[in-house]
Amino acid sequence: MATTDTGNETFANSHVLDPAASTASQEQINEEISALHGAYRDSVAAGGEEETQPRIDFAPYRSSLLRHPTKSLHHADPETIELHSPAFGQRDVHVLESDLTIQHNGEPIGERIVVTGRVLDGDGRPVRNQLIEVWQANAAGRYVHKRDQHPAPIDPNFTGVGRAITGENGEYTFTTIKPAPYPWKNHHNAWRPAHIHFSLFGTDFTQRMITQMYFPGDPLFSLDPIYQSIQDQKARDRLVAVYDHSVTSHEWATGYRWDIVLTGSNRTWMEDEEGDH
Amino acid sequence: MAQAPELKLVPTPGQTVGPFFGYALPFEKGGELLHPGHPRAVRLYGDVTDGNGDPIPDALLEIWQADEDGNVPAETGSLVRDGYTFTGWGRVPVDNLGRYTFTTVNPGPSEPGKAPFILLTVFARGLMNRLFTRIYLPEDAKALAADPLLSSLDDAARDSLIATREADGSLRFDVRLQGEGETAFLQYPRLS
Repeated sequence: MATTDTGNETFANSHVLDPAASTASQEQINEEISALHGAYRDSVAAGGEEETQPRIDFAPYRSSLLRHPTKSLHHADPETIELHSPAFGQRDVHVLESDLTIQHNGEPIGERIVVTGRVLDGDGRPVRNQLIEVWQANAAGRYVHKRDQHPAPIDPNFTGVGRAITGENGEYTFTTIKPAPYPWKNHHNAWRPAHIHFSLFGTDFTQRMITQMYFPGDPLFSLDPIYQSIQDQKARDRLVAVYDHSVTSHEWATGYRWDIVLTGSNRTWMEDEEGDH
Repeated sequence: MAQAPELKLVPTPGQTVGPFFGYALPFEKGGELLHPGHPRAVRLYGDVTDGNGDPIPDALLEIWQADEDGNVPAETGSLVRDGYTFTGWGRVPVDNLGRYTFTTVNPGPSEPGKAPFILLTVFARGLMNRLFTRIYLPEDAKALAADPLLSSLDDAARDSLIATREADGSLRFDVRLQGEGETAFLQYPRLS
């Protein structure tokens, strides 16, 4: 587990201040998002392809301006190492690491929640015995991170980092505290919708992905250039968990369900092809 | 090669790693796939820069590679390094000047006659989705010339994927997300 003592962390690597950040208003950002989404909808209406992933070149997210490749991605046929993933197991992760509410002496402040779901690949097969990592802000919208200096309290009983190994059906469960929205410096009065970061591995390393899970009905969705960097509403909806009362437990925690689909494995069909010789 | 089969499910979108991963994702000895004192240890390092050529101080890199014999590692324990088990996978944040360092071995070719490479994944604040690339070892000129990916690229893109071997045996590989010398990033079949 990463260091949890906020007093002696060595944050050599993190910066919030962003020279690319502008002083644009929320209205300007909204207009930029709206123009890009409008052009996308026109393109789909004219028979263009539907997008399922975020755009890496998305100017309303100011930090992306100098950090996206300008050349298109080059097609590669995967070779052996790319058809496999590193192995993780209970040697790497203790079962208690999936409960973010028991890492300190006291109970964290906030709304206790359970987030559960399955990790599947693009063929619908469960991704078993793989590492899944989460991190998040606390119930006040503050990260345990030296560079997050906005005036909201740190909770001494909440670090906001969890890990798990997926089960036989690709299932995972985290117990945590519902994170709050927090301000950031993309533009004036910018606020991120509440979210939990997820890091995932598949059976092939080319399925590796990091994403963010959001909560249903967040009023900040339409204002957030990170969420809106995904052009298609259907794709954006895939990042939003559903409230599931069957996950909620009596007098203990409310429950959310969120399934994650990775891209397709190339191992099976490529190996089958080799076997055809 | 045959056409990759269609996916049954639509993949979940990626999102940026954001600025605040520093207390969550890095772990002790994350970049030490091998103990730095090991006689066959190789330093793999470089700088991560943006479209202005400025260092990116909040990127996170992962490598995944075969062992020296080209075998795909299948051992668990990357997150709790014992100093002896080669798991083939590592993760490091860059430093304040955008520099990353791994300690690893030269991978063998994963298939006979193929050019050996290390797979690299880049995450960063400002980067909406992860990027993949390959770090080719520079030595086997014949295998490099025959490599299907490298052969499909123009000279600049090709050169961006081949590491430099330094006098002390280190491998130098810079990652330029944009602009002059932009690194060639890859996409694989079955993304959608």
